Amino acid sequence: VTTTLPQQRDWQRLHPLSAVVRGGKLTIALAIVLVPSILFGRESASRGLYDLITVAVVTVLAFISWLVTRWRLDGDDLQIETGLIRRHSERYPLSQLQAIDIVRPGLARLVGVAELRLRMGGSTGARARLAYLSEKDAEPVRAELLELARRARHDEPRSAAPAATAPERLLADLPTRRLIVSMLISSAGLIAVLVAAALIVTAAVSTKVAVTAIGVAGFWIVGVGQQVWSRFNQGYRFSVSDTPDGLLLHGGLVALTTETIRPGRVQAVRMVEPLLWRPFGWCRLELDVAGRQKRKGEGRGAGRPLRTVLPVGTRPQAEELLDRVLPDRPRDALAPPPARVRWKSPLRYRKLGWSRTQTCVMTRSGRLNRVTCWVPLGKVQSFREVQGPVQRFLELSSVHLDTAGGNVRAILRDRDVVEADSVLVELVDLARAARAAA
Amino acid sequence: VGAATLVLAVLGVVVAALGAVVWGIALLGAVLVLGVLLERTLTRRFSAWGYLERADDLLVRRGVLFSRLSVVPYGRMQFVDVTAGPLERSFGLATVRLHTAAAASDARIPGLERAEAARVRDQLAERGESHLAGL
Repeated sequence: VTTTLPQQRDWQRLHPLSAVVRGGKLTIALAIVLVPSILFGRESASRGLYDLITVAVVTVLAFISWLVTRWRLDGDDLQIETGLIRRHSERYPLSQLQAIDIVRPGLARLVGVAELRLRMGGSTGARARLAYLSEKDAEPVRAELLELARRARHDEPRSAAPAATAPERLLADLPTRRLIVSMLISSAGLIAVLVAAALIVTAAVSTKVAVTAIGVAGFWIVGVGQQVWSRFNQGYRFSVSDTPDGLLLHGGLVALTTETIRPGRVQAVRMVEPLLWRPFGWCRLELDVAGRQKRKGEGRGAGRPLRTVLPVGTRPQAEELLDRVLPDRPRDALAPPPARVRWKSPLRYRKLGWSRTQTCVMTRSGRLNRVTCWVPLGKVQSFREVQGPVQRFLELSSVHLDTAGGNVRAILRDRDVVEADSVLVELVDLARAARAAA
Repeated sequence: VGAATLVLAVLGVVVAALGAVVWGIALLGAVLVLGVLLERTLTRRFSAWGYLERADDLLVRRGVLFSRLSVVPYGRMQFVDVTAGPLERSFGLATVRLHTAAAASDARIPGLERAEAARVRDQLAERGESHLAGL
């Protein structure tokens, strides 16, 4: 084992302000409560004393938590130790490393620190967190860990990632104007606009009614608002680029995230073309990365295996990304379903279809939105042929391809029974060949 | 259907005991019809179940109204478990279930004799090992 940065073999501590940032909302709340009373208040001496004690206790706790947390590189492992009374030592073998994300929540950006999240492979999908490092350390540490991981993987026979020093190549980015337009004509955006318009009209007629309406629908309005906001926050200044380690996603308004996805980990790909986006030729591209459970203390998006690699993009951009993820994939030459499917799925009928190459299957479906899925045959977990009563009557059946993520449902829907039977046999054989080749 | 039959049977006995003989007979007639239906559906459902161990994968078939045929390659199997509920145990039966990384995979073989279940389990585990493929 060779070392690149020898000083990192020793125990290292995190950034001293880590605990403050980790406290997150609690810190902000504490500041809001305490700062005014310390600066101006001072109504009574005892109140001031209590405040002082609170601050002192919190500071000491933060200091202790910083003092007992340390990390180091030990051979090919990353070792993290934490805890004062209950010592907690974790080891993460770097050969299992899938990706390292750099996450900067709003408060962390204010303080100038960043969190490194190491996503490990395996069915447990463990995740090491280095929260937080100072901003200038984050990039070098990330690069070094990735380098070590690549070297550790080289011991294995099926090591893939070429150690080329190719620079990042921008594959797609998202202009803010397009993001806003796309959100306005998405279903959530339309609902939000309609609700806002309705409220303004009612307010013009009678303020009292409007206030009541807000009160009644308040919960729901907050929900829609939050959804719109999180979509905007994620999509703001979003970009995807191609690196030797995989696809590098970058973006965010308040919380900046950087994330790398290794193409080999992709279980399935889905492209959604909503009805209202079609005049603009826009689509959304999502990758299903191997399944893992959400763990405590992670952000909302982190536990979802479905990663949006293109929130709003054009078809050429999507094609370019697909070329990177699934080089051998079927082009648009879909086999249409039998005409009698019109009776069973009148809305889907025009979109249904499927196609395949030796290693990849493509299916298309959707009622209003056009949904296209690609599944590499080597990643398919199991196949199912399902026939419902209506399908039996029409002599149809569907073939399902089950993948590990489970978020992309690739279904060869409503095929002729004879075709479905032969396709099932054929796909099972192809999948075996694909697994053997992998 | 089973629960309905049972309720009707109890009701019929009670009503007949109370003296309303005509109603009692009508209810018992309904019990008879439902019982025959139940027997038919159960038989069909039972005969729809089937499994086949092939060289590289396991086939499991089930369902009458919705018929399903699952193909699970041994290499994709994560683990096999054998369960036996109290009812199954009283008949000396067990259920073998295959788990893959996909939650949608649906490969379950219920109602195996216990010795057969153990044999299937061992066989699957052995074949899973020899075919093992990474994610």
